[in-house]
Amino acid sequence: MGRARGLVPAVYILFVLLPIYWLLNMSFKTTNEILGSFTLFPSEFTVENYTKIFSDPTWYGGYINSLIYVVINTVLSVAVALPAAYAFSRYRFLGDKHLFFWLLTNRMAPPAVFALPFLQLYSAVGLFDTPIAVALAHTLFNVPLAVWILEGFMSSVPKELDETAYVDGYSFWRFFLRIFVPTIAAGIGVAAFFCFMFSWVELLLAKTLTSVEAKPIAATMTRTASTSGYELGLLAAAGVLTIIPGAFVIYFVRNYIAKGFALGRV
Amino acid sequence: MTLELRQVSKRVGADVHIHETSLMLEPGSFNILLGTTLAGKTTLMKLMAGLDRPSTGSIWFDGQNVTGVSVQKRNLSMVYQQFINYPNLSVYENIASPLRVAGVARREIDARVQEVAELLRLTPMLKRRPSELSGGQQQRTALARALAKESSLILLDEPLANLDYKLREELRDELPKLFADRNCIVAYATTEASEALLFGGNTATLHEGRVTQFGPTSTIYRRPNTLTSARVFSDPPINVARIRKAGDEIVVGERVRWPVGRAARHLADGDYSIGIRPHHITPHRGNEGSATIEGRVLVAELSGSESVVHFDMDGQTWVSQSQGIHPFEVGSLTRLQVDVERGFIFSADGDLMAGGD
Repeated sequence: MGRARGLVPAVYILFVLLPIYWLLNMSFKTTNEILGSFTLFPSEFTVENYTKIFSDPTWYGGYINSLIYVVINTVLSVAVALPAAYAFSRYRFLGDKHLFFWLLTNRMAPPAVFALPFLQLYSAVGLFDTPIAVALAHTLFNVPLAVWILEGFMSSVPKELDETAYVDGYSFWRFFLRIFVPTIAAGIGVAAFFCFMFSWVELLLAKTLTSVEAKPIAATMTRTASTSGYELGLLAAAGVLTIIPGAFVIYFVRNYIAKGFALGRV
Repeated sequence: MTLELRQVSKRVGADVHIHETSLMLEPGSFNILLGTTLAGKTTLMKLMAGLDRPSTGSIWFDGQNVTGVSVQKRNLSMVYQQFINYPNLSVYENIASPLRVAGVARREIDARVQEVAELLRLTPMLKRRPSELSGGQQQRTALARALAKESSLILLDEPLANLDYKLREELRDELPKLFADRNCIVAYATTEASEALLFGGNTATLHEGRVTQFGPTSTIYRRPNTLTSARVFSDPPINVARIRKAGDEIVVGERVRWPVGRAARHLADGDYSIGIRPHHITPHRGNEGSATIEGRVLVAELSGSESVVHFDMDGQTWVSQSQGIHPFEVGSLTRLQVDVERGFIFSADGDLMAGGD
C-alpha cells in the first residue's frame, strides 16, 4: 500500500519532467548529435549554445526586450487593478456585479481578435515596435485577472480594518498605502505573478506589435530557423533560459498561491 | 463633553435600520447598548462615530454639531467584536499608530504606549505581530490602542463576544477599571443582559432599530417601561403570558388562577400580559403572594450552581431558574412556586401598568 501510494506521484513527476529534461538534454548537445542519434545524455557535452545566446545581441536582446515589456505590464496592471479591486470589494454601486463580470469577459477574448486593430492603432500613434505597445496590449488581459485576484484577497480583509484606521485618524490614502497594501501583500504577489507569466509566455501580440527594436525572445526563437538550417541545440538552450524566470518567480509566490486557492481565486 | 443624538434615524434604501432616536450620553459615563443581533447596536455606534451619516437628525458633541464632520476629525476610539489590529505592524506600532497619525512627539508616544501596555499586560508582546498573539491578547491590543489615544468617546462593539468563556470573564472584570478614572464617554454594545448588570452605568435597550428605554441600568432592569424592554433585558428570556384580571384573581390561560399582586390590585379588570423573570419561578417554598403551578418538564439544564428548567403549562412553555441543583425528571409533572408579586403587568399595548420596584 505504502509503495503504491508513492508510485503514483513518482510516475506523475516523471511524465511532467521528461520533456523538460529532454529540453535540458538537447541544450547541451550539438545540433548534429540531436539530428544524428538518440542519446539519453549528451555524448559531446557543450555549453556553446549558451555562450552564443549570451554573446549575440540578437539573442540576449530578445530576453531584455521581453523582460522590459513584461515588467512594465506587471507594474501597470497591478497599479491599475489595486484601486479597482478595492472599489469592487468595498463599495456597492449600480451595476457593480455586471461591471465585474464584463471585466472578466475581456480575459476570455482570444488575443488574435485584437492583433489587427492593435497593430493599426499603435502604428498610427507611433508606438509600433516599442515595449510600451506590447505592455499596453497585455494589460487588456492582465488587468481583469489582477482585479479578480486582488478583489478576492481584499474581500477577506474585514471592512472593520478600514473603519478602525479612519477612527484612528488615517486619511484614505495613508491607510491604503501604509496599512492596506501591506496587509494584502500576498495577493499582490500572486496577481503580479500571474501578470508576469501571461505576459512572458504570450506570443501572438508580442510578435505582431514588434519588428526589430523591441523583438521579444519568443519571436527570436521562432525566426532563427532560416539562417543556418535548424539550430536545435541553440533553440533548446533558449527554451531552458525562458523557463528560468517563471520558475524563479513561482518559487517566491508558491505559498501565497496556495492561500489564493483557499480564497477561491487563482 | 456630552454626546447627544437628536432625532437621529438611519435608512438604507427602503429599510429602516434605526428609527428616530434621541439619546444623551453624559461625560464619564458607561453606557450599555443592549439588544439582540440586528437590533441596530452597530449601526447606532457607527452613527455615533461618524462612520455613517444619519438619514435625518443631528449629532452633537460638546455642544457642537458634528453631524457632517468626518470620523478622522473626531476624537474617538472604537473596538470591534472581531479582533481588528493592523496585521503588518507590531503590537507596539499598533498601539502607537493613532498617536503617530496625530503627530504626537516620539517620547510622549513611547511613554503612553508603555503605560497602556503595562495596564493591559502586553509589555512582553510589544515586539510581536498581532497574528502571533492569542485572541485575548489581540483584543487587548485593540483596547490598548483605543486607550492610548485618550479620546473623549470610546465605542466598544461587543468586544468580548469572540473570546472564550474564561478570557471573557477575565477581561470583563478588567474593563470597568480601565475606564474608571478617565473622563470619557464609553458606549458598550452587548447581547448579554448579564454583562449590562455587571457593568452597571446606563443601559439603552434596543429592539428592531428602536431604543425602547434608556436610563440607569438597575432602574431599567427593575422597571422596564414596556414588554419589549423587559424581553431585551432578560436572560434566560422572561416568561410572558396573557392574563385576565378579575377582582382579586388573575386568570392565566383558561383555568390557572393566581392571587393578584399588591401592585396590580388597583388595575381595572380586563386583559393584560404578565412578565415573570425565570428566577421568580422556583421550587423553593414561596413567600406570601406566591402561587403554586404545575407543569410538565421539557428540558432541564443543570449547571454547577443553578438549575434552568423549561416546562409546559397549558400548552405554553415556561422557564424557571433557581439556585442549587434540583432533580427534575424530563416528562414528569413538577410543582413550582411563582412569585406573582414580582411579576410585571403590561397593558395590551405592552406598556408597564404595575409591578417593578
